Amino acid sequence: MSLFDQKLSDLQGLLHKKEITVTDLVRESYKRISEVDDQVQAFLTLDEERALAQAEALQSKLSSDGSQGMLFGMPIGVKDNIVTKDLRTTAASKILGNFDPIYNATVVDKLRAADAITIGKLNMDEFAMGSSTENSSMRKTKNPWNLETVPGGSSGGSAAAVAAGEVPFSLGSDTGGSIRQPASFCGVVGLKPTYGRVSRFGLIAFASSLDQIGPITRNVEDNAYLLEAIAGLDPNDSTSANVNVPSYRQALTGDIKGLKIAVPKEYLGEGVSEEVRQSVRKALDVLEGLGATVDEVSLPHSKYGVATYYLLSSSEASANLARFDGIRYGYRADNAENLIDLYKKTRAEGFGDEVKRRIMLGTYALSSGYYDAYYKKAQKVRTLIKQDFDQIFEQYDVVVGPTTPTPSFKIGEKVDDPLTMYANDILTIPVNLAGVPGISVPAGLSSNGLPLGLQIIGKHFDESTVYRVAHAFEQATEHHKLKPGL
Amino acid sequence: MTKITTDQVKHVAHLARLAITEEEAEKFAGQLGSIITFAEQLNELDTSNVEPTTHVLEMKNIMREDKASKGLPREEVLKNAPDHQDGQVKVPTILE
Repeated sequence: MSLFDQKLSDLQGLLHKKEITVTDLVRESYKRISEVDDQVQAFLTLDEERALAQAEALQSKLSSDGSQGMLFGMPIGVKDNIVTKDLRTTAASKILGNFDPIYNATVVDKLRAADAITIGKLNMDEFAMGSSTENSSMRKTKNPWNLETVPGGSSGGSAAAVAAGEVPFSLGSDTGGSIRQPASFCGVVGLKPTYGRVSRFGLIAFASSLDQIGPITRNVEDNAYLLEAIAGLDPNDSTSANVNVPSYRQALTGDIKGLKIAVPKEYLGEGVSEEVRQSVRKALDVLEGLGATVDEVSLPHSKYGVATYYLLSSSEASANLARFDGIRYGYRADNAENLIDLYKKTRAEGFGDEVKRRIMLGTYALSSGYYDAYYKKAQKVRTLIKQDFDQIFEQYDVVVGPTTPTPSFKIGEKVDDPLTMYANDILTIPVNLAGVPGISVPAGLSSNGLPLGLQIIGKHFDESTVYRVAHAFEQATEHHKLKPGL
Repeated sequence: MTKITTDQVKHVAHLARLAITEEEAEKFAGQLGSIITFAEQLNELDTSNVEPTTHVLEMKNIMREDKASKGLPREEVLKNAPDHQDGQVKVPTILE
C-alpha cells in the first residue's frame, strides 16, 4: 500500500505522531515516479534537490513546534503553464523550451506559504489547447488505467500523476474542461473554481476570460483543502474576486437532505454514450437516496457552447500568444532577415499545429469585416448560455450530469480531426462560459475498465455546496477506492 | 460550407506573424473552413436584442494607488533573453 492511499488529514496525523517524516513523503513521491513515470510520462521537470531540502526544513519546524501551514509537508505537482521561479516552465511548447521564470505564480507562493512541497512540473497540451495531452511538444502522457489510451487534457499530466500515485495532489488549469475532463478520464477528483476565485497571476494565459487554476486530488476532502489554500483576492490579478474564502472542509457534512438537483436533458441526450448515461442515472439514485430531489431541466443553448467557445477562446488566445515573439524570452529562430521575418520564423518553428490553428482562427474571427459575424456573435451567445444557468440556479442548488460523453479513447484516434476532438468538451465548456464552478468525481468504470466521471456544477462562488454534494456522493459509493493496476 | 482559400490563410498567417508553407496553407484552409462552418451554427440564434458578455462577473474597473514600485533587476529580466548586449535585448536590424 502507498502512503498516498491515505488522505491529507491522515498523512498529517502520521507526521504529528512522528510515524513518518516529511522526507518520507517526498521520497515516496520520487520513488513512485522512478517506478512508473517511464510508462505514464506525466512529468516534464523534477525539482528533487530543492524538494528534499524543503522537506528537511519543514521537518525541523515540526520538531520545534513552529506554526504549520494547512498543506504542511504535502508533495504536490504543478501543471507546466503555472510559472515557478527558477524551475523550468514550458507550457509544453517548444517556444518556451528553455524558459526559467523569474517569479512565482500567486498559487505557487500560496502553496509554499501553506508548507506544501513542489515535486515537479506536469505535462499538458501545448498552451493548454487540447483534450488529450497529445498536443504536448514534449512527450505523450498515458492514462494509468490503460496505457494505450489518453489521460485527457489539457491537464493530462496533472490527472495522470495523481491517478498513478506519483503525487497525491496537483494543480491543473481549466479553460473549457481541462481539469474536469482529465480527472474524469483518470478516475480522480478535479475542480474548476468559479471564475475569479483563484488568482491567474503567473498562469500562462490562454483565454483570459475563461481560464481558472484548480486542484486535482484522489478524494473530495483533499480537494477542499487545496482550494482553500490557493483561493482568494490577489492585487496582481484584477479579475480575482474580493469574495470571502470559506472553510470548504466544513462544508463536507454528508448531509444533502432537501437539496435540489437539476439534470439538464441535453446532458443525457444525443452524443452521450449509453454507458455514461447509466452511470449518471445510478448516481442520481444515490443522491436521491440521500434525501436530495432530482428534476429534469433544460439548458437550451448548451449545444451552442462548443462553437461559442472555440470562437472566443481562440480570439483571446490569438491576442495572448502575440507575446511569444522570440525577443525577450523563449525560443528565437536563426537566420532571420529582418524583425518581421524573425517573428514569423520564431513562431512558425516554436508553435505546434493546434496552437497555430487556434491563433489563425482567432485572428480571422477578430479581423476587419468578420468581427461582428464571429467574435461579437459568440459573445452574445455566451450571454444566452450564462442566462440558462442563471435561471436554473434561481430554483436549484446544483446541476448534475456526466463530465464527458464517453470514457477515454485510444492515443492517435482523434488527433487529426479537430472537430471530433473538440466535441469531448461539450459538457464542460458551458460551465466556463457561465463562469460557475464545476467538479468531476469518480462514478465507476466503463465495460472496458476505464473511469467515468460525474460532474456537479454550482452557483457562482458556491464551491461549498459543490463540495458537499461531491463528498456525500463519494462517501455513499465505492468508486473513489478503485485504483489503476499500474 | 464556408470556403477558406489558401490566400485567406496566408493573409491571416501574416497578420498573426506565422511563416507558412504552401502545403500548410492548404491543410489549414480545409481545417479552418470546417471549423468556421461549424461555428456558423450560431446564426440559428436571433441575438439582435442580446448584450454581449465580455466578463462573467459584475466587476468595475479595479483601481490601485498610483505609486511607483521597484522594477525587476536588469540581470533577471535579461536572464531569458535569447540575445543581449550591454544590458539590453538585442534584435536584428529594424531600419536599413
